[in-house]
Amino acid sequence: MTAPPGSASTPAPTGELPRVRVAARSRRNAELALLLLAMLVSAAYAATAEANLLDTVTFDFWVPIVSLTAVFLAIHVVVRFLAPYADPVLIPAVALINGLGVAFLRRLDLSKANPDERADLTMFSGTGGRQLAWTLLSVALAAGLLVLIRDHRAISRYAYTLVLAGIVLVITPALLPAKYSQVNPESDAKLWISVGGFTIQPGEFAKLALLVFFAYYLVRKREVLSLASRRFLGIDFPRGRDLGPVIVVWLISLAVLVFQKDLGTSLLYFGMFVVTLYIATERVSWLIIGLLLFFGGAVLAWYLGSTIGGPFASFYTRVDIWLDPYGDPYGTGWQTLQGLLGLGTGGLFGTGPGAGQPTEIPEVHTDFVFAGLGEEIGLFGLSALLVVYLLIIERGLRAALAVRDSFGKLLAGGLSFTVCLQLFVIIGGVSGLIPLTGQTTPFLSAGGSSLMANWLLVAALLRISDAARRPVDSASPARPGGAPAGPPPQLHGATTEVIRP
Amino acid sequence: MPPFVITVARIGFIVLLWIFVFTVVGVIRRDLFAGARSSRLVAAPRGVGAVLGNNKPAKVKRGRAAHQLVVTAGQLAGTRITLGEAQITIGRAEDSTLVITDDYASARHARLVPRSGQWFVEDLGSTNGTYLDRAKVTGPTPVPLGVPIRIGRTSLELRP
Repeated sequence: MTAPPGSASTPAPTGELPRVRVAARSRRNAELALLLLAMLVSAAYAATAEANLLDTVTFDFWVPIVSLTAVFLAIHVVVRFLAPYADPVLIPAVALINGLGVAFLRRLDLSKANPDERADLTMFSGTGGRQLAWTLLSVALAAGLLVLIRDHRAISRYAYTLVLAGIVLVITPALLPAKYSQVNPESDAKLWISVGGFTIQPGEFAKLALLVFFAYYLVRKREVLSLASRRFLGIDFPRGRDLGPVIVVWLISLAVLVFQKDLGTSLLYFGMFVVTLYIATERVSWLIIGLLLFFGGAVLAWYLGSTIGGPFASFYTRVDIWLDPYGDPYGTGWQTLQGLLGLGTGGLFGTGPGAGQPTEIPEVHTDFVFAGLGEEIGLFGLSALLVVYLLIIERGLRAALAVRDSFGKLLAGGLSFTVCLQLFVIIGGVSGLIPLTGQTTPFLSAGGSSLMANWLLVAALLRISDAARRPVDSASPARPGGAPAGPPPQLHGATTEVIRP
Repeated sequence: MPPFVITVARIGFIVLLWIFVFTVVGVIRRDLFAGARSSRLVAAPRGVGAVLGNNKPAKVKRGRAAHQLVVTAGQLAGTRITLGEAQITIGRAEDSTLVITDDYASARHARLVPRSGQWFVEDLGSTNGTYLDRAKVTGPTPVPLGVPIRIGRTSLELRP
């Protein structure tokens, strides 16, 4: 199916397609070099953290980093063979963030452990060790996805199965008895299924499943949604009956807000749908309608929380903390305040890896990992980290622009936007821009479900970007090429491509 | 650990982080310029071009052959498709080479077929018809350069 990367740079044989002399470069070597550089950065973080915490660099500080490097190299090799034209930037950028995450969590373990036990913290112990193990598993899963799915369009066949699974996953934690569903003590949010010591956060996987369905649905419906419209105030608004799906998703996300008490997830689902809708129809009116609906819903939830309380009470408290974090500095506002103080202590250059006190912040290993890291690497480090995230998102959107089929466009656009929105929700919450809601920072915060889901997301993006960047003439699908003269048959499988000037 | 070493490590880490960022940007940048040529639109679907490959000599003889299909009016105005050796299907169907979102176009509206270097337009039984300039297209009709093909509100032209 795939040409070996080495021979790909030779021009197309003459006579076949004279103008398709594509400089088809797979850029896998660039990926390898970037990957090694990323792991070097992670190793530098780990070493500096040990130097600060233990006053010496132990001989095995590199063990977690090297095992990470090994597994990232493994997926690099998988990509080299199975998706040779995939984007070269995605894996190294994700690897850097993942590596820093593992190193930071290990650094937290070190500072929590007794000074005399610090030296013999083994590779898989503590939060950092568990994160390392989860990373190995997640990367294996991502590689498995690349092996199983050779053409991203195949995913659309399972759209209905996936959306059913997704909805079941979303509502399960809310419906399960207290024994099996773990509740976050601070936010009272029901997001986890806990079975025999393991906790799974099904919402992370549900978001991927829902996104596949959104993309599939909108590919089928977008003509109706984008053509039939009424013009009002210079903006095309859709007809009333076409608003149905948007209202349904809005109701689902409100239900998530009410029953699971989690604003972030609800914002994530709704935002995902609205943006996929916008990508599909190119109508600004959908964004306006989406924003109005969401803000309306949020204000309503806040108002209900202030009057009747009940399921809306925790959301009301969150907004209260956001409006005035100093209102109850030792109570409800403690976590937010500690996060803000951490970021403030870091200043421009940070205290240095290992020299801060991130353990002062509650939940620093999950929700507040950004504040904890920010204290140590400062504004300059954090902005570099954000730029790396930005580049991941940009590459995803780039793949969406370049891929030739609509399903791939919507899926890649939606996937990269999901990363973006999730980052906005959690970093906005930590830095006090919006009310804080518990979301995981992709690839950075501790948690197996989030890591696995996000690596699956990256695998999907790799697959789509491979399809997007693959030269048109290199890999011909299995098509009977024996038809002699005359016009070719109807091209059912042919992809479409439209480029705007 | 002497404080000097720690300071160097701390600053060094941030510098390294930014070096990574700029290296990534460099790779993307090189990619962008390499892609500027390769991402040129080629309307030949995979594997089909070879079938018509033997028509090439005749095409060269004609001199001013059409190399581009340009959408001059309608929603997709400005879209350019580099012509290959394969036919171009036009319509609202997803698998058309040029997917036009036009209320007055059929799912499989028309197609452009190259024969001996000349492009022919052919109506595929559309509801509202295909027009070459003012004349309704009934059978395969040769398309001269620069003459508009009208499909619904969309207009297309062959350009050299």
